[in-house]
Amino acid sequence: MPETSRRGLLFGTAAVSAGALLTACTSNEPKTKGTAADNQPAAPDDKPGKKVTIGFAGPQADHGWLNAINENAKSRAEKYSEVTLEITEGSNDTAAQIGQVQTLINKKVDVLVILPADGKALTQVGLQAMKAGIPVINLDRIFASPQAYRCWIGGDNYGMGLNAGNYIGEQLKGKPNAKVVELAGLDNLELTKQRSQGFADALKNYPNVKRVARQAADFTVESGQAKMAQLLQAQKQFDALWNHDDDQGVGALRAIQQAGRDDFLMVGGAGAKAAMDAIKADNSVLKATVLYPPTMAASAIDLARALGQGKGVGGMAELEIPASITLYSAVVTKDNVDEYLPTGFS
Amino acid sequence: MTQPVSPTRKQQDGPVVTTTRTPAGQGAWRALGLRLDVRNLSLLGVLAVLVAVGGFTKPEQFLDSSNLQLVLTQASVIGVVTVGMTFVITSGGIDLSVGAIVALASVWATTLATQEYGFAGILFTAVVVGLACGLVNGLLIAYGGMVPFIATLAMLASARGLALQITDGKTQIVTVESVLDLGIPDSYVLGIPPLVLVFAVVTVVGWLLLNRTTFGRRTVAVGGNAEAARLAGIDVRRQRLYLYLLSGLCCGIAAFLLVVLSGSGQNTNGNLYELDAIAAAIIGGTLLSGGRGTIVGSVLGVLVFTTITNIFALNNLQSDVQQIAKGAIIVAAVLVQRRTARDGET
Repeated sequence: MPETSRRGLLFGTAAVSAGALLTACTSNEPKTKGTAADNQPAAPDDKPGKKVTIGFAGPQADHGWLNAINENAKSRAEKYSEVTLEITEGSNDTAAQIGQVQTLINKKVDVLVILPADGKALTQVGLQAMKAGIPVINLDRIFASPQAYRCWIGGDNYGMGLNAGNYIGEQLKGKPNAKVVELAGLDNLELTKQRSQGFADALKNYPNVKRVARQAADFTVESGQAKMAQLLQAQKQFDALWNHDDDQGVGALRAIQQAGRDDFLMVGGAGAKAAMDAIKADNSVLKATVLYPPTMAASAIDLARALGQGKGVGGMAELEIPASITLYSAVVTKDNVDEYLPTGFS
Repeated sequence: MTQPVSPTRKQQDGPVVTTTRTPAGQGAWRALGLRLDVRNLSLLGVLAVLVAVGGFTKPEQFLDSSNLQLVLTQASVIGVVTVGMTFVITSGGIDLSVGAIVALASVWATTLATQEYGFAGILFTAVVVGLACGLVNGLLIAYGGMVPFIATLAMLASARGLALQITDGKTQIVTVESVLDLGIPDSYVLGIPPLVLVFAVVTVVGWLLLNRTTFGRRTVAVGGNAEAARLAGIDVRRQRLYLYLLSGLCCGIAAFLLVVLSGSGQNTNGNLYELDAIAAAIIGGTLLSGGRGTIVGSVLGVLVFTTITNIFALNNLQSDVQQIAKGAIIVAAVLVQRRTARDGET
């Protein structure tokens, strides 16, 4: 049934509505350490096929989500005996990352998986690889030109905001003059704007709900605590809070605890293990989190393997892998947290 | 510095009684106390204007004892760092590594291994890591002959790297109850959060140390003219070593406060503290070139910045506006300070 779980990510709507179905696939030992890919069987057609060498270049894993990306990629590659993973030292420096990708090109790997530190800045090196005959799987941060990749797979920031907004809207249905507060992420990133836009668009569906305040933290626990403390002081009463990022959410929850407030419902973002644990325990204001799944790195390895062996992905009729895959930002609540818990990162 | 001057004033006191308008008498008076007061007064003025703005725009939320607690709590971590920084700058040095040391100390103090030793283990580790980094800085600068800018820049890079290596990019959540309890209202002493108490104690000790001890006079002397200080019999090297140790100690204390405040340790902690601490010290009236320092001014500088952040958050203004205003206030405060300094000298 593993392809069901992967398809669940591809066709996200199913992931939310058919939560019960999915439980059957991934419910084994939610407490085991390791990433989602560890707990999921490899793709079904895993008779060791043609040998494939996959080059993987990502940014420096300086926070939980990026760290989970690396772990997902590594453990997924280990599942396949015929796959060799050449993973580079992560770097946030554009020049350094270009150098690393070029090294992988020179090594003549079969397929490249690139999560650029900066998508636009690494477009040229993506083009270079494609011209050298090495197909590129572009992970999450998109290149400026579609010519620079064979397939793009990544998360949906707008969708994250949209789903968070819709979930909150549904929870506050029938409540007149409901107030919502937004704790955004780093404001100078485009993805923060997209998340906020999606959130604002979703709230338009609910005329009784109004966003009364928004402050931007910077994805760190420290900033989450500081900004949330200010928001709580500014808004003596509100009904719901959306926090873009579970890492800064650790700080936000601390500020909420320090202010002694429990008069609202909180929704997180990204899907950290700590957040999912809190949702499962159901003893804080945190009632849900909207995913930005790091399992996308494991899926990227699957795609790279399929590309290297010249086949499509299981569960689809296509002979080739798709050119673009946008993952679904599922809403994890107490009801379905058990199936997502293994994907939570710390 | 003060001691040789005060006898001359006393000698003058006799004749001055008859000719009250002696310019020399006024100059000495000013040089002693008034000038510092004027400088602090101008910053107090800025603070008063900010309080007026806050009270006018958001009277309910701003003029509230819980808001005072909030502002002082948010000021305490960076405040403690700034006290240490003030000493270093007064001696003509600079410490660019404070933010990185806070990050390293907070991360080291929150590893699972450290947490097994409970409250004492966390406090001890934070302080010792801070001191150790300060020791390295001090040895490199005082005895290795390195320029403070470069030595502490190197420490910044290494400490951040080590912090990342320890956490592996993950957020370390503190589970030691006695540490967490310090951050919540139940632990407030007469309505004063323990963090603020620590900040107050560090400030008072810092003030006494700088203004009432030989150590403080030596610091000022080294900053004013290191060669003259050496000829006067001060062991300049040892003094410098002590000063960076002091800064490291302050960072260790600040790291512990941050662990209490955020309930976690993360390698992104203390982001850009070096700039905040330098800016607060400079607008407070400490000379960047050394030879003059004021703890009261530094603390006022920190409070000005924290109050701005607070007012902007309460009014739901976004981070871009906040940064612009912060820059403008630094420029304005330094211009005012230069004017008063020039008036004092002529």
